Amino acid sequence: MTKPMNTIDASRRNLLKGGAAVAAVTLASGITLRTIEANAAVTGPATSAKRWGMLIDANAPEGVWDLAVEACKAEQGWGKAEADSKPATDPQWIRKVSIKDPKSGAKATLPVMCQHCANPPCVDVCPTGASMKRADGIVLVDKHICIGCRYCMMACPYSCRSFVHEDVHGQRPHMPRGKGTVEACTMCVHRVDKGQKPACVEALNKAGSNAIMFGDLNDPNSEIAQAVSKYVTQRIRSDLGVEPGIHYRGI
Amino acid sequence: MAADTTVYKEIEGKGGDYYALVGWLGVMIAAGLGSTYYMEHHGHVVTGMTNAIVWGTPHVFAVFLIVAASGALNIASISSVFGKYHYKPLARLSAITALALLAGGLMVLVLDLGRPDRLIVAMTKYNFKSIFAWNIYLYTGFFVIVLVYLWMMMERRMVPHSKKVGLFAFVWRLALTTGTGSIFGFLVARPGYDAAIMAPMFIAMSFAFGLAFFIILVAVAYKNSGRPLGDLILFKMRNLLGVFIAASLYFTTVMHLTNLYAAEHSGIEAFILMDGGIYTFLFWVVQIGLGSVFPMALLFNPATGRTCQGIVIASLLVIVGGLAQMYVIIVGGQAFPMPLFPGMEISSSFFDGAVHPYAPTLPEVLLGLSGIAVTLLIVTVAVKYLPLLPTSLSDAKVDPSHAAKEG
Repeated sequence: MTKPMNTIDASRRNLLKGGAAVAAVTLASGITLRTIEANAAVTGPATSAKRWGMLIDANAPEGVWDLAVEACKAEQGWGKAEADSKPATDPQWIRKVSIKDPKSGAKATLPVMCQHCANPPCVDVCPTGASMKRADGIVLVDKHICIGCRYCMMACPYSCRSFVHEDVHGQRPHMPRGKGTVEACTMCVHRVDKGQKPACVEALNKAGSNAIMFGDLNDPNSEIAQAVSKYVTQRIRSDLGVEPGIHYRGI
Repeated sequence: MAADTTVYKEIEGKGGDYYALVGWLGVMIAAGLGSTYYMEHHGHVVTGMTNAIVWGTPHVFAVFLIVAASGALNIASISSVFGKYHYKPLARLSAITALALLAGGLMVLVLDLGRPDRLIVAMTKYNFKSIFAWNIYLYTGFFVIVLVYLWMMMERRMVPHSKKVGLFAFVWRLALTTGTGSIFGFLVARPGYDAAIMAPMFIAMSFAFGLAFFIILVAVAYKNSGRPLGDLILFKMRNLLGVFIAASLYFTTVMHLTNLYAAEHSGIEAFILMDGGIYTFLFWVVQIGLGSVFPMALLFNPATGRTCQGIVIASLLVIVGGLAQMYVIIVGGQAFPMPLFPGMEISSSFFDGAVHPYAPTLPEVLLGLSGIAVTLLIVTVAVKYLPLLPTSLSDAKVDPSHAAKEG
């Protein structure tokens, strides 16, 4: 029973591969179905052998975080012109947070985005399963089955999710967004699956900064795994036991 | 137990008053639907809700109605499960009120979704780790069980089985309110929630809100249909309401005392109890003062507690207090900043560390009120077309031994 099924699957896959090359199909005169070039993940399917994560150096000069935020806006299309901004309702996938110890006066500034928890509360509470965690630890929202209940936003310990409060413009082909659904940092999954780094990391690298390090925490030879094993790192609200994939140094 | 000689009869519902009521409820529902269209067309940007206050006024009404729904079933449970025959004549109305409250609450909840058009997704895709998903089953199950229960009470051949179904419905309603309270109790990150006591507290609240709503309904229905309503049943419900208000106060007290004891919760407690502005006002003045202590004084003071008006006013105040309590829990719990870095002062463009402002907008309020209108419309229509209301709730009818004593 399984053998014929496998054969069918394989042939279907080949058909799909072939289909991906076709950019447009004419369904009937005047009706054309355009398909976006389907770039298969060059890194293969998501697997739990990998654990994507980041290490953020909170001692980096404050200015670099603005670069990261701007890069994210440009990559994912959530930024808005100053004149149109509505701060209370506009989405923010990554933000610069300033912290100050009221007793000592010590200060730090660091970026906060979805922490890609190993035990994500947003995924636990989502009634439909729209909030989900990939095998490689990236936490995402399936915009097709998100009903916009916002329970994940109630549950997220990091206030890292945004609800799309109005029509969205300037969407990116790789990142469909929709009014009435919830969204957050995707760790640039569309880039990671092609073997690239997230946009924020790349922007900092281009500016000569390694303030956000990205990589596979499960790979002992990776730069991030070695750094995490060398320095004591913190994770925000580690007391909650949600095991974020985002590590910080110097808080 | 005396044999049930109660005669149930549809109300006439022919007068101008009846149609005026139906008309007004229709207008309120239309206003709620219009608000939904407006909110969904423009997006939630036209509401007072933000990325920090993600649940607002619609949720205050929706959760209130859902909690009250399970409480409204109590009168039926008390008669079938606990054998208190005085309440038996009101069991049918109790069941239909419970169904109507749940329908009203769920309508508001669904119409506030970012994508209410995807209701079918919520019905077909489940994440079984989500308390929300469990609640979908608890709500749907409640409809089915209470409908069966109602049918068994109304169908003479089935009456002997109604006790068993009544017991099941009672257990189910406890589970349902546990589920509703746990929506908040399971939120570990927010200091205003994250408490197991939320579940029993919501059960106590449901007893009080549901009964308060039910008392008003009975008083208004009997006055307007010209049917006799004796003091016996009214005073029994009055005493129960007093006990339920006390139970709700007890859980509220224990919750805050527990939080006050833990240094890590001192921030949220200071916010709600002392310097939270509108939330502190709503807590002390509306929830505790007007919504709990004052109604108890009204109920147990002989001058007011022995009049129908006094009991109805106390019930209305319990509802007002209940809505305030929901507002403090739901909105107040979100207004208090998320402790991203406990002990640190934090700030950001996303308003981290700041108390989040929220002001309800008209569409939100209209949507919330339309939930109450749906509830009332269902009951109003049901009592006209189904034999739900006893022709008399006079003391002699409610308690034949009472009649003998009087006689």
